[in-house]
Amino acid sequence: MKRYALRVVSLAAALGLWQALTSLDIDLWLRFSQFPTVTDVARTFAARVSGPDYWTDLTDSLTRILTGFLLAAVLGVATGVLVARSRLAEDLLGPVLEVIRPIPAIALVPVAILLFPSNEQGIVFITCTAAFFPVLVSTRHAVRALTPVWEEAVRTMGGGRWRILGSVVLPGALPGVFGGLSVGIGVSWICVISAEMISGQYGVGYRTWQDYTVVDYPGVFVGMVTIGVLGWLTSTAVELLGRRLTRWLPRSAYVPGARPPRPDRSVTPAAAAPAPTNGTGTGTGTGTGVTRSEEARDEHLV
Amino acid sequence: MSTSSETVPNTSSDTAPSRSTDTGRSTSSGAAAPTTPVRGTRLTLTGASLGRPGAPALDKVDLDVAPGEILTVVGPSGCGKSTLLRTLAGLLAPLAGEIAQDGQPLTGPSADRALVFQEDALLPWRALRANVELPLAIRGVPRARRREQAQAWLERVGLGSQARQLPHRVSGGQRQRVQLARALAGRPRAVLMDEPFGALDAQTRAGMQDLLVEVLQGTGATVVFVTHDVDEALFLGDRVALLGAGGLVAVRDIPRPRDRGAHDDPARVALRRDVLTSLGT
Ligand SMILES: Nc1ncnc2c1ncn2[C@@H]1O[C@H](COP(=O)(O)OP(=O)(O)O)[C@@H](O)[C@H]1O
Ligand SMILES: [Mg+2]
Repeated sequence: MKRYALRVVSLAAALGLWQALTSLDIDLWLRFSQFPTVTDVARTFAARVSGPDYWTDLTDSLTRILTGFLLAAVLGVATGVLVARSRLAEDLLGPVLEVIRPIPAIALVPVAILLFPSNEQGIVFITCTAAFFPVLVSTRHAVRALTPVWEEAVRTMGGGRWRILGSVVLPGALPGVFGGLSVGIGVSWICVISAEMISGQYGVGYRTWQDYTVVDYPGVFVGMVTIGVLGWLTSTAVELLGRRLTRWLPRSAYVPGARPPRPDRSVTPAAAAPAPTNGTGTGTGTGTGVTRSEEARDEHLV
Repeated sequence: MSTSSETVPNTSSDTAPSRSTDTGRSTSSGAAAPTTPVRGTRLTLTGASLGRPGAPALDKVDLDVAPGEILTVVGPSGCGKSTLLRTLAGLLAPLAGEIAQDGQPLTGPSADRALVFQEDALLPWRALRANVELPLAIRGVPRARRREQAQAWLERVGLGSQARQLPHRVSGGQRQRVQLARALAGRPRAVLMDEPFGALDAQTRAGMQDLLVEVLQGTGATVVFVTHDVDEALFLGDRVALLGAGGLVAVRDIPRPRDRGAHDDPARVALRRDVLTSLGT
């Protein structure tokens, strides 16, 4: 509760500072006189939200990013696993991928225009390329870092290639894969907005750029706030899904600055040891502590 | 789990854990009676050189493990005990020589030969029961049946109530018991165990040995059990194989195997002294 209050206070303070600087037309080297005030932005926001264009832009952008991102997730994981597990695939695909990887996805706009019949597909292509590489690289690392004994165990049970893929490689690599997905969703937003600004029709990026060209600064800020909120929501969704799917990861019961530990620690010094793994028997003893720290982490995210 | 007592099928022949007959577990070594339907497999190494390419650990190993016997393997750390087991499991190809299972050359891992790893080999994202279900799933046992059987196996190793815990939430000894349950759930014809109790304290270890003897009872599986503890080897094995620098030193019959009262049997005491001497301690 106290932490939520702190966060709200911090956000309110930032907005208050913005309002003060802009309404007082402060002009000390940094010039706030042209800057829209919080109330200007809020008024424009309210007007936009009640109009039809705002929601069209929003769903357009979301459709583009989700399509591109999901494609990137599937392709990135598949390619990453392939490259990590097969020397042939590594030799065949590795060099091409390594050469394409450093190219900023947004620099592929000309390529997209040449390749695809419509802008829409071009934007999805750019978004997908942007998210693809983080997912690919982290999947490749995660698969290479798998504990060999997991695979050997499944082989000695008579499991074949597909069983190993489904029961060891994919679940075992998941924590790493989600690292890549988290990075990927962020990069996707950057690229979808930039691509919309350059070549889009409708979409939050397109609208923001339009507002800028007609000198509608409050409109620009509405666009930026929208991008910020959408980005935050989608990356939170990815993060939460990742947590849910990687619940099995052993976690330290120790959370710096979290509320519960102190009384526990003074009672049983051993319980303060970071590893929750060697439960004394039933495992339920450490259970509450772990659950609590997980809650603390989830809360931290939102 | 009200049905669990029915799911430990002592009668049905195609469902684990128990087998109808005790294939003369008490008879020793290679003289296994061929009259009983033997499920265990014969594992044979002929002039085998084992190890990683370029780094052989054991040279010219000739060893014949009879169907249904428990062969224990002792040797100092780093002498190649794990290498031997991995080779028998099919995870490691021999550098030279031959390995055969029931006379057929052994080409790779198989569900026939389960390996209990020295390290923690449970899949950490699967609950204990899901881990035990895995070999059953690979064998194609339908979901409901494999759930029942896995639960029954967990009950048997005393972990029925923790079936839904994740591996890292139970102790190391409990994880080893789950590994044992998982190995046996697939109804292998040979069980290869690599210092499964190596990290346990003396009391837990003795308890686990008794549990192992009890659980193996009636499976008829051939067992190769690696340990660095001579007393454990002499308690559990029908025979004991001694590994030393670079190869197999000797294979000895053990008098009165799996008899706690036998530790001061003169024959056993003499054997123990011999083993310790040849291990150079
Ligand atoms: N993954 C590996 N790669 C190369 N050499 C290894 C590997 N594992 C073990 N060895 C070597 O093989 C020899 C036998 O090891 P191991 O069979 O594990 O011994 P033990 O199980 O008897 O302690 C040792 O000299 C060790 O250094
Ligand atoms: Mg070893």
